[in-house]
Amino acid sequence: MKTDELVSLLARGAQVADRGAATRRAALALSGSGLLAFAFTATVLGLRPGWFGQAPASALFLREAYCTCLSVAGLLAARRLALPGRRVGALAWGLVLPIALMWALALFTLVQAPAPARLGLILGSTAAACPWLIALVAAPVFVALMWLARGLAPTRLAAAGALAGFASGACGALIYTLHCPELAAPFLAVWYLLGMLIPTAVGFFLGPRLLRW
Amino acid sequence: MQSSEERLRGLLIRGLAGDEAAYHVFLQDLSAHVRAFLRKRLSRLPDEVEDLVQETLLAVHNQRHTYDPQQPLTAWVYALARYKLVDLLRRRARRDLLHDPLDEESELLAVSDSEAGEAKRDLARLLDTLPERQRLPIVCVKLEGLSVAETARRTGISEASVKVGIHRGLKALAARLRTPR
Repeated sequence: MKTDELVSLLARGAQVADRGAATRRAALALSGSGLLAFAFTATVLGLRPGWFGQAPASALFLREAYCTCLSVAGLLAARRLALPGRRVGALAWGLVLPIALMWALALFTLVQAPAPARLGLILGSTAAACPWLIALVAAPVFVALMWLARGLAPTRLAAAGALAGFASGACGALIYTLHCPELAAPFLAVWYLLGMLIPTAVGFFLGPRLLRW
Repeated sequence: MQSSEERLRGLLIRGLAGDEAAYHVFLQDLSAHVRAFLRKRLSRLPDEVEDLVQETLLAVHNQRHTYDPQQPLTAWVYALARYKLVDLLRRRARRDLLHDPLDEESELLAVSDSEAGEAKRDLARLLDTLPERQRLPIVCVKLEGLSVAETARRTGISEASVKVGIHRGLKALAARLRTPR
């Protein structure tokens, strides 16, 4: 078949592009995987309804806001990189700024704290498990985002995979907060970030294989 | 080139809204740009150019829903063409060719080459390898020019399935183009 014939073939009877389909797919995949992650957190890890009432509201708000900002910025950035020729652009600030602010707050907290208490602020009581549990909770969202990216047309596969991984990590962290008893900024700065970076690394390495089209 | 960018972008946006004639002109003009772009970068593999032009056109068509009208068309097409080019080079494992500069995005719509070469793979023959529920809708709608409704009546496939068949069939065709001959 000559290229001109292919052009005629493609153009003839071309339907109006359905833009709603992608949005519906995304809504379905995100709500489905989010629900799965929540179910895992609620049943296997357990929620802490009583604890939430007693925790200091400002620290609680800070933690939820941190995870929410990173989730939203991560999802938007991951969507951009799943499209041909799009860049993260100014959205990168939505990722860098919350992390930088949390690190600044963590350093400030550590400087203010008496020396013997500092290690405790960083390690909390669940440091060893936290990053792995976040990665585990993120797993269904990770699968959903990879599936969504495959339905679009990423052209830089490692970067697209890494950002999809980061977005799933941030969503995982947000859901994990329903179980997590830690509120100290140094803890969040280190272990939450590590938890988000695990799926980021997985996405970076699997992206070129999973996202090819 | 500013003028090509603006003109082609206008044609594509009209095409996406259902203007078949505009879309046809868009694809035809775009194929010349893509051909020139690829011919320059595949100077050592001239036989691959036309196949890759066709592959890129299929990608443009299949991924047209990922074009954001706010976005420069050049960047979008360039990303697709470059992806297909890198994909081909990777498949051929000709590492030495990767030294050719691949990052001249702004150039894509500045060059044009309407002299089509011969494609090595025959898309018509590849079309025959598709399952019937994809092949028939493509043959009826895309080659014979029947409407979706007529196709549904003639083949006994529902209208929704005709549309899905075309969509999936063209995607399958694109996937088959990538597999080594």
